Amino acid sequence: MARLFEFEKVQVDLGLRTVLDVDSLATEDGGITVLAGPSGAGKSTLLRLCNRLEAPTSGVVRFRGDDIATLDPLSLRRRVGMVFQRPATFPGTVRDNLLIAAAAEHAGDEPFIEALEQAGLDRSFLDRIADELSGGEAQRVCLARTLVTGPEVLLLDEPTSALDRQTTVELEARARSLAGTGFPMLWVSHDLAQAERIADEMVVLVGGRVATDEQRARFLAGGEVDSPVDGEQEGDR
Amino acid sequence: MTSTEVGFTGVAASLVLVAAAVVLSARQRLGVERTILWAATRALVQLLVVGSALRLVLDDDAPVALALLWVVAMVVIAGLTVRHRAPEVPHILPVALVAIGIATIASQLVLFGLRIFPFEPVAIVPLAGMVVGNSMASTVTATRRVVAELADHRLEVEARLALGQPGNVAGRPYVRAAVRTALTTQIESTKTVGLIALPGAMTGLILAGVDPMDAVLVQVVVMYLILGAAATATAVVGVGTSRRLFTADHRLVRIAREA
Repeated sequence: MARLFEFEKVQVDLGLRTVLDVDSLATEDGGITVLAGPSGAGKSTLLRLCNRLEAPTSGVVRFRGDDIATLDPLSLRRRVGMVFQRPATFPGTVRDNLLIAAAAEHAGDEPFIEALEQAGLDRSFLDRIADELSGGEAQRVCLARTLVTGPEVLLLDEPTSALDRQTTVELEARARSLAGTGFPMLWVSHDLAQAERIADEMVVLVGGRVATDEQRARFLAGGEVDSPVDGEQEGDR
Repeated sequence: MTSTEVGFTGVAASLVLVAAAVVLSARQRLGVERTILWAATRALVQLLVVGSALRLVLDDDAPVALALLWVVAMVVIAGLTVRHRAPEVPHILPVALVAIGIATIASQLVLFGLRIFPFEPVAIVPLAGMVVGNSMASTVTATRRVVAELADHRLEVEARLALGQPGNVAGRPYVRAAVRTALTTQIESTKTVGLIALPGAMTGLILAGVDPMDAVLVQVVVMYLILGAAATATAVVGVGTSRRLFTADHRLVRIAREA
């Protein structure tokens, strides 16, 4: 069976700097896979390759067996939904926000209410002004908006980093329950405790590469990790 | 009413004003004395060269084609200026050339097609000059605003892209805001024309001895011309710049922010 995402000799360069250099990596097609590691490890870049907001300088990224360079990026992004680090609501009401995500043939509020409920909000939010929501509410609207596109997979880029403790726990619980209904997720986190709470699988990145066994062990033990030495990168995790 | 002629003696006398600026800069320790002198000298030399060339182009016996060639050169120089002032947009030159070119052609068609002015070098060159100059200024503003809007709203734009919107749709609200800002400057200056400062064409005509009401009529035509041309150029460059900032696979390119 094809893995969810596979990365083969993937490199991302920014100018003269290589920010990601993954020789071989595959993620499970189910549950929550946490991409963990210290700041600047390349976690967000790896995540953004999955819905082609980022393109690799070289190498191949596959989604369920298909090279994503061969897929239509617009339909890929509706299949692979993404929630960003900071809530990015658009002007207008919550309904206006959800309408932007809705398919052209959309009719009625029912799909919106369903998406809001999946994100932990009720129908009363539909007419609220998006800019007036709290950080936690706005982030849940962003999750609902992503769910409106009917994705098969969710990418979450440190979605709780701007939220308070209680909202974080609620969102984690919401994510776990969504994952339980068959939504595979890739969740970027630099918070080791959070990673341990939610992960079914964990990929540790260090210095743009998949961590070596030693680095991984040190990171999971809460210690400092350095960039891997050239040629010491591990294969599949 | 008498016509005004400024000889080289007049130009030399007006240097007193430049000298005053230099003295002020030195006394206030602004450190721009050299820059002022360089700018004044450069402007004089540039205009003398242009004046000599214009003599040939505007000669009664000169072919209209020469004037049109002059206009093409102005458009190209304006395009290069836009590229110089908006280096953060990849391949902006063709966009700027198309924007300023369309604004110039459209305005010339109206001016000469509707016989508002005679199709002669003496009308073609200065009118096109005003159109190109103002379109260039609006194009630079629009380009820089589009870049700034998309850079400032990168998160929102990428959130829209992540929902499956194509690049041109995801960027539209921000491009629209940028174009509106760029055009507002032109609209505001049209609204206050004559109240704060007499516009250039009118001032020139009055100095040359033309009746002020005749000068006003010419100025009105020029103003409408400039407004239409600036609107056309900004709209074209807004769409064009936005296209340059999204890749074929609908990603927003990295935009270097200004310091």
